[in-house]
Amino acid sequence: MEHTSPFERIIRGVLIAAVLLFFLFPILWIFLMSFQTNEQVLRIPPSLFFSPTTINYTSLVTGKLQTAAGSLDLAFMRNLGNSVLLSSVSVALALVLGVPAAYAFARFKFPLSEDIAFTLLSFRFAPPLLVLLPLSLYFQAIGLDDTYIGLIWVYQLIALPLILWIVRGYFEDISPDIEYAYRIAGHSWLQTFTRIAIPLARPGIAAAGLLAFIFCWNNFVFALILASADKQPVTVGALAFVTASGIQYGQIAAAIVLSVTPTLALALFAQRYLVEGLSLGAVKG
Amino acid sequence: MSTTNEAALSLAGVDKIYALNSRKPVHAVQALDLDVRKGEIVALLGSSGCGKTSTLRMIAGFESVTRGSITLAGRRIETLAPARRGVAMAFEGYSLYPPLTVRDNIAFALKSARINATEVDKAVKEMAALVEIESILDRYPTSISGGQQQRASLARALVRPADLYLLDEPMGQLEPRLRALLRGRLKRLLNERGMTSIFVTHDQTEANALADRVAVMEGGVLQQMANQTELKERPANLYVATFIGEPPMNVFDAKVEIGERVRFIVKDGPALDFSATAFSQAARVAIARRARAVIGVRPHDIRLGAGDNAAKVVSNQWLGDQSHLALDVAGKLMVAVAFDQVNASRGEIMRYEVSSTKLHVFDADSGEAVSHGAEAA
Ligand SMILES: Nc1ncnc2c1ncn2[C@@H]1O[C@H](COP(=O)(O)OP(=O)(O)OP(=O)(O)O)[C@@H](O)[C@H]1O
Ligand SMILES: [Mg+2]
Repeated sequence: MEHTSPFERIIRGVLIAAVLLFFLFPILWIFLMSFQTNEQVLRIPPSLFFSPTTINYTSLVTGKLQTAAGSLDLAFMRNLGNSVLLSSVSVALALVLGVPAAYAFARFKFPLSEDIAFTLLSFRFAPPLLVLLPLSLYFQAIGLDDTYIGLIWVYQLIALPLILWIVRGYFEDISPDIEYAYRIAGHSWLQTFTRIAIPLARPGIAAAGLLAFIFCWNNFVFALILASADKQPVTVGALAFVTASGIQYGQIAAAIVLSVTPTLALALFAQRYLVEGLSLGAVKG
Repeated sequence: MSTTNEAALSLAGVDKIYALNSRKPVHAVQALDLDVRKGEIVALLGSSGCGKTSTLRMIAGFESVTRGSITLAGRRIETLAPARRGVAMAFEGYSLYPPLTVRDNIAFALKSARINATEVDKAVKEMAALVEIESILDRYPTSISGGQQQRASLARALVRPADLYLLDEPMGQLEPRLRALLRGRLKRLLNERGMTSIFVTHDQTEANALADRVAVMEGGVLQQMANQTELKERPANLYVATFIGEPPMNVFDAKVEIGERVRFIVKDGPALDFSATAFSQAARVAIARRARAVIGVRPHDIRLGAGDNAAKVVSNQWLGDQSHLALDVAGKLMVAVAFDQVNASRGEIMRYEVSSTKLHVFDADSGEAVSHGAEAA
């Protein structure tokens, strides 16, 4: 432990609080907004004091949006479900495909290996709109447009390169001799991969999976073009809050809070593995 | 000794070429023939980068064999998966599993063999005691010192039954006293259990103490494999002659004149003059084929204070049990060792003698040995 005086500790605490306040204020504000009616949100001057209401949440959950112009149907919960489904299945699939591929790229030098790996990465460079039009035509031709499978497939463009490149780096950092030591003791290649390589790369896999999940979750344009209303995620569904009678700030805030929750939960869960990776120290050598 | 004449391991014409199809292939091991008998301990000695680790890795199956064959316990193994070769190895870089304790690291090798828990525990304790790491069995590899990691890695290799043990610099990180202690214990263990093993070392004392035979490699080529006495007394070539032995052998280029007498004339230096009868017929013939040769004599074999030759003393060090004298001979330093204190100060002229029985002659071009003492090589 380094030595710090009480004064230093106080200063440090104040500074950290200031930084946190600065970065977290918008989130806090949205959280507060989600318990206010549109009128409360829009009153001037704005105030931190209000009598909280859960109307925004109930209308999101029941799917009935009350506006000045009458009642509107909302598919928010369905959108949220779609987001969870699309993101988690996409990331799961990308992990199943990407982790072994990352291992292969890290451990084996085969003809064109670098080129293939780079091609996969280049999916991230191309603007999605570039591929969307031809893709939607192809999907219509083979009957994949407006299906979960089609969407999940396209989401691999987001998730797979990310997982491949991040996890590959982690595998490369593991000394091959650690695996050899295990293999020479009578274990097969597959056992070595599952019992030595994967556990050692777990922090990387957790980080990559989390990142891929966030990217999938935040994706807007793929689902907008390739899916119809009943398969769209929250990012697209949020458009419904811009109604004829104005923008529903309270509901948008509640929707944001609800849609951040799964990612936040996942991040908290993955944190365990991220920290584990740090505390294990160097895997090298 | 528990060795028999049956070959346990046999390498025949083994080559290792890294980056074979690239512009700069590395020929790390060349046409290696090596036989290790059952229960034998072989030391692999050679300068850094000479191909020792490459050789072990090919035997273990971590590197492909570019050419040649490897036979272990009667089976051809060069194409088998490492898991099926029956080889245990201690790695140069230790390579312990970071998420496991030292105890589990050692036990890991046994658990896969489906031995029951009490026996695993017993074997682990025994090995840990042998390498003096009982007190750190429950620590993690990242929290122990390099030397402790090295010993854990050694224990992990030795704990498992195998046809062959490959130990890559198993004690390189240890302090001399511990090293000497472990050396003795290791030797006893290997001998008692008849464990066939090859170990790499940079320490000649260790090689001499532990091994039944020593293999000297250089530039990917096996120079000589023999027991310690033979390496000292009958080195196969100039490389082995100067590599083995401390201080190293003194060597000089010399002109050969052979007739009634055998004379080696060192330019700007002494002329060593021997009666022709001091050499066997075969040695004389072999020497006579050459107009030039490299002659060598070990520091311990130079007699000081007698003989026809004389040189200036450059330094005289008493090491407590022996004297190292450096003499200026033909513009080079010639080191001589005596086992008593020599009364000579710097700049003094000292007489010395090289007996024909202690003289090594090598070919001037190839470095191959021509004769050792009176006998042809
Ligand atoms: N994977 C590799 N690719 C290319 N060259 C290699 C590879 N591994 C080793 N080499 C080269 O092969 C030669 C032999 O290496 P090796 O590791 O066998 O040496 P060593 O005798 O074990 O040396 P040291 O005593 O330093 O451990 C060296 O020139 C080395 O640079
Ligand atoms: Mg080596």
